[in-house]
Amino acid sequence: MERVEFITDEIDVSAGTRTEALILNMGPQHPSTHGVLRVVLHLDGEIVVKAIPYLGYLHRGIEKLCESITYQQCIPYTDRMDYVASICNNIGFILTVEKLLGIQDEIPERAKVAEVILFELGRVESHLIGIGTNALDLGAMSAFLYCFKERERIYDILEMVCGARLTTSYPRVGGLPDDLPENFNEAIRNFLRAFPKTLAEVDKLLTRNRIWIERTKGVAYISAEDAIDLGLTGPALRGSGVPYDVRKAIPYLGYENYDFEIPIATDGDAYARYLCRLEEMRQSLRIIEQAANNLPDGPYIADLPEIVLPRKELVYTKMESLIRHFVLVYEGFKTPPGEIYHSVENPKGELGYYVVSDGSGKPYRMRVRGPSFVNLQALPKMVEGRLLADVIAAIGSIDIVLGEVDR
Amino acid sequence: MSFDLQAVIDSLKSNSPDTILDIKAFRNETTLLIKKEKIQEFCQYLKNNFDFKFIVDITAVDYLERKTPRYEVVYYLHRFGPEYSENVRIRLKVEVPEEDTRVLSVTPVWSGANWLEREVYDLFGIEFVGHPDLRRILMPEEYDAHPLRKDFDVRNREPSKRCFEKDLKEGESGTS
Repeated sequence: MERVEFITDEIDVSAGTRTEALILNMGPQHPSTHGVLRVVLHLDGEIVVKAIPYLGYLHRGIEKLCESITYQQCIPYTDRMDYVASICNNIGFILTVEKLLGIQDEIPERAKVAEVILFELGRVESHLIGIGTNALDLGAMSAFLYCFKERERIYDILEMVCGARLTTSYPRVGGLPDDLPENFNEAIRNFLRAFPKTLAEVDKLLTRNRIWIERTKGVAYISAEDAIDLGLTGPALRGSGVPYDVRKAIPYLGYENYDFEIPIATDGDAYARYLCRLEEMRQSLRIIEQAANNLPDGPYIADLPEIVLPRKELVYTKMESLIRHFVLVYEGFKTPPGEIYHSVENPKGELGYYVVSDGSGKPYRMRVRGPSFVNLQALPKMVEGRLLADVIAAIGSIDIVLGEVDR
Repeated sequence: MSFDLQAVIDSLKSNSPDTILDIKAFRNETTLLIKKEKIQEFCQYLKNNFDFKFIVDITAVDYLERKTPRYEVVYYLHRFGPEYSENVRIRLKVEVPEEDTRVLSVTPVWSGANWLEREVYDLFGIEFVGHPDLRRILMPEEYDAHPLRKDFDVRNREPSKRCFEKDLKEGESGTS
């Protein structure tokens, strides 16, 4: 165990001050590590010589837990990973299971479009927190408050749709559990009207703010080659000038039909990553607007009795539905044996699910590739040789969520 | 010119028949089963000659009593197409027997493999030979089991109890 040691008694002022390397333990309880991350910093004065991250303080063994429950029961566990954008984790997992079952073509269009809207709302929500907390860590309190005010509006929409604000557990394998509320479209319209104003305010507060630029420009630099080599994804990769986005590269949910750009910045520093996030929110608004315009009527869940739970009123009145409900809840739906990997572009990077099925109703193995986990690998490279204060800026600019790092 | 994965696999198969043991496809995902001793060399070859610059994921599966060899280490590679649009993904697999859980590390090929391999080592106990810093990453350093193995007893949690008792004993002797 490292200790912080101060050596004071041997200093002979007349012969000049003696210097000694200092080991500083940052975290796990530290407001700027965005959760329970511990970084051991070897310091030479104020310069970081070596940074060693220690993880696992929030390890709950989600992958192990999911081996003993049915696929539908796994959905709430996926909330607890990247809890800032839980709806994106839910949709990613559902798409994986749908791919395993081979029922992508059966999913009704209404469900797909609604999932796109919710996915992009999740992205906006996560980026608001990413930018807001990064700014808060560096002393810009007001930007944080503007971001959190807007985030509440997104939570209101989520609450309207699924009853939960943070841990959504919303869509089901096959589509949506219930039809969208009547005033859903109106709420989205209101959001689309109000949100650009807040975005402009955040933009005004930070983009040309002298202090913000001084604290982030040139800080936590990573080159494009290093970023690819380290497996970075999301704004951490695009901030280094690599225009890789799963939504364009391997489209899912019909993203190929939407008109949007992949913003990149070439500087590879914390400021570049901030600019990427800001622009991505604008692009998300474009996607939400297109999706809301084309939200079709019709069924919201696939007509697949062997996978989808029957409606509740049928369970209460029809014997067959009750039996079906019972079997689906107790045993889960059967999946074909095989293995599947599916990736989605989460706000923080590429979220991959790897599911091995043995033909039963429970996953034999479920693996989650959390983008925060892989992105955090770049931290030592970003901060070594830089000032101690830049560690805070670096952690904030990678935008990690420890629930996903430790799983 | 588009990248033809099937042609590449065919040429790989004819050039190195003793490296690729099996080829499988399921739901448009291609899996190559690679000989255990050749994995590092093969990954380097794929990276240098076919531009698989990006390691997406490394994980393992424990097939206790279902299959011998017991473990499989799974690698998922990505190749950026021109303009980052035409992307190709490929899955490599290595079979690891219970008696000898050592595999060559691919961290020298992609530095992003570092933490992914540490996680597999931590949760499955598969050792990566040539890894620069093979320590536990999610579980405590002094933990004495590998939780994602299928024979890990979740309910009784003996290993963690033992671990706790050891800590307690050391704490007592340390203070006296």
